[in-house]
Amino acid sequence: MSVNLTSDLQDLYQEVILDHNRRPRNFRAIETVRKAEGYNPLCGDRLTVYLRIENGRIEDASFLGSGCAISTASASLMTESVKGKTLEEARDLFERFHQMITRSPEQPIDDLGKLTALAGIRQFPIRVKCASLAWHTLRAAAETRTSSADVVSTE
Amino acid sequence: MSPTVSLAPAAFDVQAIRRDFPILRERVHDKPLVYLDNAATTQKPRRVIDRLNAFYRRENANVHRGVHLLSERATDAYEDARRTVCRFLNAADPKEIVFVRGTTEAINLVAQSYGRTHVGSGDEIVITTMEHHSNIVPWQIVCEQTGARLRVAPMTDDGDIDLDAYEALLSARTKIVAVVHVSNALGTINPIAEIVRIAHAGGIPVLVDGAQAVAHMPVDVRALDCDFYAFSGHKVFGPTGIGVLYARASLLDAMPPYQGGGDMISAVTFERTLYNVPPYKFEAGTPDIAGAIGLAAALQYVEAIGLDHVRAHEHELLAYGTAALSQVPGLRLTGTAAHKAGILAFVLEGVHPHDIGTILDREGVAIRTGHHCCQPLMDRLGVPATARASLALYNTREEVDALARALDKVREVFT
Repeated sequence: MSVNLTSDLQDLYQEVILDHNRRPRNFRAIETVRKAEGYNPLCGDRLTVYLRIENGRIEDASFLGSGCAISTASASLMTESVKGKTLEEARDLFERFHQMITRSPEQPIDDLGKLTALAGIRQFPIRVKCASLAWHTLRAAAETRTSSADVVSTE
Repeated sequence: MSPTVSLAPAAFDVQAIRRDFPILRERVHDKPLVYLDNAATTQKPRRVIDRLNAFYRRENANVHRGVHLLSERATDAYEDARRTVCRFLNAADPKEIVFVRGTTEAINLVAQSYGRTHVGSGDEIVITTMEHHSNIVPWQIVCEQTGARLRVAPMTDDGDIDLDAYEALLSARTKIVAVVHVSNALGTINPIAEIVRIAHAGGIPVLVDGAQAVAHMPVDVRALDCDFYAFSGHKVFGPTGIGVLYARASLLDAMPPYQGGGDMISAVTFERTLYNVPPYKFEAGTPDIAGAIGLAAALQYVEAIGLDHVRAHEHELLAYGTAALSQVPGLRLTGTAAHKAGILAFVLEGVHPHDIGTILDREGVAIRTGHHCCQPLMDRLGVPATARASLALYNTREEVDALARALDKVREVFT
């Protein structure tokens, strides 16, 4: 980024985020899986998270939808980071991720691998919902018993 | 040389006007504030802030009740505010002015009072594609309550109402037309007088949502010939929590109350209550007295400047802004009607409006991003959201330049 931005904006729109926004990973549907739809009525962001779970472990995760750079990158990074994790481990990761993006900017943060790229959101409380939409939707998808989609909302 | 009439330059001094608004000197994120979110709410001139202050310091009491001096002062100021609104809209009589919380409450009042008594099963209510949720949902509620049907007059891709299709939609089943004067999401100025003429030819009353009009152009309800006109104080430099419903006296006389309580009655027994006359019949409970008085101060402020001058200034700024934004690669304006108020709504290729809003905010530029409470309109435009800069009398070319510069930064980040 050659442009002269304030440091908080540079933290928010890191190259990793911009890259995952431009080329979201696992941006596809998965057949016969658990899925849920997430919706943020404030901005109209809408996405569907798909999970293939075998023996309590997430074997595949993907998403489709449209949203801002933060929600798209967050969904993309999330699908990468939960693959291979048990549902329990994914729940823990969501908790730590949520703590990271809502902690005050002065406090130290855990290293959550690639997800740490989203830590800049701490300086933009109004955008926390953008980053957490995919995770709320993942949780809803994990809790569905059938392949019928539930809609979760940030409100 | 033929004589030319120029409204704007001589009398209109935007720098002097800016000095009337203390908040415009604020810095945000260490940058000068560029406030371009006037369609959401407008800033308040010192005159309004001082008037609220003076009311609470020297006049505060309840209205229409006490025999003491303060109550007399408060009542005089409150009723004086009603006369100011009456003059501002060129209504025929102050009793046609009902104070409400805002445009939303005004529309709900008409929907529940007039609507529920005049709309029945199989009847129709006509609105347009570009309505704000506040001029959609109250009518949907009436439809649910009565079994009536909501019909929607379409618009062109530019954002103009399709008048032929609108006219074709009207029938003996149509019981009311509800239409926005100026679209908050597109800027379109609808041809209200024509819309009213067509409806009246079929004996159909018309409600006009004037929330985005009153701060930007002269409004004359008798020239428009509309039956109801609603607006909010906070969008015309007044306080939040106060708004106005104008309604023809003959309609108000026949309408049942919207809410029951104090001040809206003339006599109460446990068997039966006699209602007060309009407008009091529609003002149950202690009203927002200070709000009404503050609103009157705001209306006097814009009257003194002259809404013709305001319109000319904003029109010139809109043309300047339209040209400036058209230079931004990948930017597409949404709302390109021939007659537009100062709304610059747009989408930027490859960038979500929320990301635009965040980066602009860090540059000191305040705009609105999202669906603008017009989800059906966004569906019609085929976008989930737009970014919107909305102008007011205190905005300048330099601020439009700041917007364009900030958009360059957005593009640099995302390309």
